[in-house]
Amino acid sequence: MFNRDRWREILEVLTSNVGRTILTAFGVCWGIFILIVLLAAGKGFENGIRADFGDIATNTMFMWTRRTTKPYEGLPKDRSFEFKVSDVQAIWDNVPNLRFVSPRNHQGGTGGGNNVVRGIRTGAYSVYGDYPEIINQDPMTITSGRFLNYNDINERRKVAVIGRGVLNDLYEKDEEYLGTYIKIQGVNFMVIGSYKKNSNDGNGEDSQKEIFVPFTAFSQAFNRGEDVGWMAITAKDGSSISKLKDNIINVMRERHKVHPEDKRAIGYFDLYEQYNRVESLFVGLKAIAYIVGIMVLLSGIIGVSNIMLIVVKERTKEIGIRRALGEQPWSIKKQILMESIFLTIISGMVGIIFGSLVIYGINSLLDSVGPVDMFINPNVSVGVVSGALMILMISGLLAGFIPANSAIRVRPIEALRTE
Amino acid sequence: MIEINDLHKSYKMGSNSLHVLKGINFKAEAGELVAIMGSSGSGKSTLLNILGMLDGANSGEYTLDGVPIKDLSETKAAQYRNKFLGFVFQSFNLINYKSALENVALPLYYQGVPRKERQEKALKYLERVGLKEWATHLPSELSGGQKQRVAIARAMAAEPKVLLADEPTGALDSTTSYEVMDLIQKINDDGNTILVVTHEEDIAHMCKRIVHLKDGVIVEDKKVKQVRAEQYV
Repeated sequence: MFNRDRWREILEVLTSNVGRTILTAFGVCWGIFILIVLLAAGKGFENGIRADFGDIATNTMFMWTRRTTKPYEGLPKDRSFEFKVSDVQAIWDNVPNLRFVSPRNHQGGTGGGNNVVRGIRTGAYSVYGDYPEIINQDPMTITSGRFLNYNDINERRKVAVIGRGVLNDLYEKDEEYLGTYIKIQGVNFMVIGSYKKNSNDGNGEDSQKEIFVPFTAFSQAFNRGEDVGWMAITAKDGSSISKLKDNIINVMRERHKVHPEDKRAIGYFDLYEQYNRVESLFVGLKAIAYIVGIMVLLSGIIGVSNIMLIVVKERTKEIGIRRALGEQPWSIKKQILMESIFLTIISGMVGIIFGSLVIYGINSLLDSVGPVDMFINPNVSVGVVSGALMILMISGLLAGFIPANSAIRVRPIEALRTE
Repeated sequence: MIEINDLHKSYKMGSNSLHVLKGINFKAEAGELVAIMGSSGSGKSTLLNILGMLDGANSGEYTLDGVPIKDLSETKAAQYRNKFLGFVFQSFNLINYKSALENVALPLYYQGVPRKERQEKALKYLERVGLKEWATHLPSELSGGQKQRVAIARAMAAEPKVLLADEPTGALDSTTSYEVMDLIQKINDDGNTILVVTHEEDIAHMCKRIVHLKDGVIVEDKKVKQVRAEQYV
């Protein structure tokens, strides 16, 4: 294999017609280039979409109430109802394999009027009444102080964890904020912590402008009683929320006297289903990249095979001489195969290098112009590159196979007769 | 050294069959220098190709140095060619992108001789044909006679039992032809068995024995007094 004479000969043959070799190499080079760039683009798209999901627990559903659309048990249609705090326990009791069931309440928002006041500063923020578990479902990083805990819930403490955005609006830079008070809808809450959310999507700004207060304190302060705005329910790892969803909704229908067939009374959003749909999109994208790339590569390989056939034809006489001098047929076959593999791999490497350069260029362009929606850090992994090299090896072998066989099919006597 | 019995060979040409060799019996001892003569179509090249294991016979026996040559696989034939035979062709058949030295070293390479030893040996044979100074030249930089001498060196490099020359002087002018024959005679003097196919009388008489082939049979087989080529050089 690592025979100096053989390698010299391979180089001699391939450099004897440089123009032709380069043109042939270009086909393979182009194929692998397209494969790499397509895969990288797919990956960039995937990264972009994944960033949109953020760190959110994807095995999660959200559920809220709407108006009933069917009369049931003497109750009219178009009836509005609310989830109650007791529903949470009912879900725990009736549906297995759940990890978190978090009732949530909400008020305000950046679109509405100013609902938070501190001294002379005001702002419009989303205020959530939450249980401590929410930090696992909607992850955030606590940058100072602490998050809500069960003492806050049990004692209905009026405390608040505020986002970076809120902090910037309501406080001076470097001002001490832990232990200070902000007024939400006229009720004072003590700031006990601040958070930062990792988010790269367009709502990044908004997600830093939220205030989390204990669910119980929220209900009391804003007169929600036992009502629950909506619930965030996460299944245990290994069981999918999409499968448990119907079960949960049935429990709710029963408790709130909703017709079992009433599909619209309880609204929900199944994040897991959406996530899976996107996941299968990624799989599809990858498949398309591979198919297109390999098809283009294939035409390059056919080019190599063609040229090798011509080379063999041109060298028929030489092969005849070699065989007359006693070269073994397999040695000739090996020579042709190695030429083909060598040509394929070298040109493939050039393709990989160019592909990587283009990806590098796109990345630095993205870095300099700032984030683009749904497209982040296109890249290919080492695994993909070594996979591509494997594909090249195999395709070089395939490309050389027919010419190598045709090289030894000609009998030496006929080969020698060729002038 | 060479023994063939009742050798037949025919070629299929479409529906017709062309009977080229019609029962050849021939024997050559070690150290002989035999000329095989005949007009074109007499079957002399076919005979040489069969002797050279480049072609197979339809029937008959062929024994080379006590080894029966029959139903050889391509791999085996290549091995035997490499071990037993050296070829010299009319059109030289040097590999044109390899230097004279590399051409001579080629059969040794197929024998698996290490690189260094191979080059030393090749150089020795080039020296023997008087082309040591031309070792690094490509065939395109050599004259016809020089090319044929390189080809002879190549044929001899593997130290074969028999040297087969197919019209070795066919593409050369007479002076150069005599030079080549002189070389062949000297190689023969060292005890090598050589078969030369030719249709030139003067070349044939520089051998020790002439076999006349006509229409696929041997019509004459006689010993002759060797004319030394030296005197014409």
